[in-house]
Amino acid sequence: MTRSRLLDALVRLPPWLWLSAFFLVPFAITLKISLSEAATAMPPYLPVLDWKGGLEGWSTFLEALHFQNYETLAGDALYRDAALSSLAFAGTATAILAGVGTALAYAMARAPSRWQPLLVALVVVPFWTSFLIRVYAWIAILKPEGLLNAALLRLGLIPAPLEILNTQGAVLIGLVYAYLPFMVLPLYAVMSRLDPTLREAAADLGAGPTRVFWTVTLPLSAAGLRAGALLCFIPMCGEFIIPDLLGGSDTLMLGRVLWSEFFSNRDWPLASAVAVVLLVLVVGPIVLFRGDARKAGAEAAR
Amino acid sequence: MSALTRTALGLGLAFLYAPILVLVAYSFNASALVTVWGGFSTRWYATLIADGPLIAAAWTSLKVALASAAIATGLGTLAALALERHGRFAGRGLFTGLVYAPMVMPEVITGLSLLLLFVGIGLDRGLFAIVVAHATFGTGFVAVIVAARLRGLDRSLEEAAADLGAAPARVFASVTLPLIAPSVAAGFLLAFTLSLDDLVIASFVAGPGATTLPMRLYSQVRLGVNPEINAASTLLLATAGVLVLTATWLTGRRTVA
Repeated sequence: MTRSRLLDALVRLPPWLWLSAFFLVPFAITLKISLSEAATAMPPYLPVLDWKGGLEGWSTFLEALHFQNYETLAGDALYRDAALSSLAFAGTATAILAGVGTALAYAMARAPSRWQPLLVALVVVPFWTSFLIRVYAWIAILKPEGLLNAALLRLGLIPAPLEILNTQGAVLIGLVYAYLPFMVLPLYAVMSRLDPTLREAAADLGAGPTRVFWTVTLPLSAAGLRAGALLCFIPMCGEFIIPDLLGGSDTLMLGRVLWSEFFSNRDWPLASAVAVVLLVLVVGPIVLFRGDARKAGAEAAR
Repeated sequence: MSALTRTALGLGLAFLYAPILVLVAYSFNASALVTVWGGFSTRWYATLIADGPLIAAAWTSLKVALASAAIATGLGTLAALALERHGRFAGRGLFTGLVYAPMVMPEVITGLSLLLLFVGIGLDRGLFAIVVAHATFGTGFVAVIVAARLRGLDRSLEEAAADLGAAPARVFASVTLPLIAPSVAAGFLLAFTLSLDDLVIASFVAGPGATTLPMRLYSQVRLGVNPEINAASTLLLATAGVLVLTATWLTGRRTVA
């Protein structure tokens, strides 16, 4: 008994140590640096803890920490707008994805069973394909002299090219496109294993196909929808590549603000404060996701 | 199959694949303009092969992906075993969170916080830092795939081996591991692919010394559409396709991830 408990502990130890060191501890450091101020040095922030200073070193270190960066974030409309528009983009895209994903997953689940493995593979392939490249592909389609405008002009549907690239619409298209597999796979996993006799029973009792879908299929698929929504919403809140490549210079999202504070302004403490704000926004959904993760992940992997 | 189902499938798949097909088609375009078809040509592939910095970045990415996927596979398999086979333990909730949260955590947060750790402990930015970062988020994906397989296994096989006197380590080596091996391999391939694909985390932790393929591609993509990037993308898409097929075949299941 004790031997096997020792073994259990040994199995857990490497992932515990690794993930604590490289996932948990970094957050603590980010929090600390968000309370520091920028400096032109390496590392580019103050104060730096002097380990040899003992207790006195600690107290001067702690006294030097302040909430200046958070005051900057709260006081500047740019950051407030970025936070709100991150939530708005992620929320809108998740809502669209819920509709599109449900339709596609339901169609897959209703397709002849011999086709289903192929259909699932077709949805999985883009998930394995480079995110950057899939977003890049849309530039050639959406730009003013791009393929979409060329097609619409030739069909005579529009008199002049539409401005789609570098707008909020382009960002939404990119978000929905890039995250569609994350919504479809958990939904399909649940929908494909619903007991068909439940639908038949509802139909026998006189419900039309629409009513059967809304009152039987959809409520029973709620777990898949929830998992899919979390898988999309959480990373979308901090999305950088999509707003950067498809959005205009006025498209503000926290991921992009964080990136430019870090890379362009070299203000590491302010970038850290933005990271903490972003983390606060997504921590609730992440806790929900943890509960779903094992179930949903297992469903999706089936 | 109803007309509605067929329409939904057709539209959904067209939406998923149209951009990819456009990209591949224009990688063979003789003209440098995206909207003008100048005839079939492989000139952009020739340009690609001659692009020294791009090839160097591809090698860097390959090395990082192999190393980080190997670490992630080891850690992820252990994490899956801990969650599926080793019952309840103190801190299980936190452990589950640590394993799965990196999969959804916005990449800018993971990237920045790891960089701050590396700077704080005085670790040089560069190749090694990217490997550590990629191994950290790959672990969760490997754990999900392996855990799903473990849950589907018939436990009586492991119990039978234990009843016949095999020590836990022996049960694992001669019963459990052979049974989960395909999903471990599929997990490796997924971690490898994700590492090859990552731009954001690598950009934070790479520092000036190391450039991965996505970082190189991104710097060119920012300048606009460019047929050479289309050629590089087509090769990456083909690689991903081969990896998915391999992983699907390995797990012998309907799908992976």
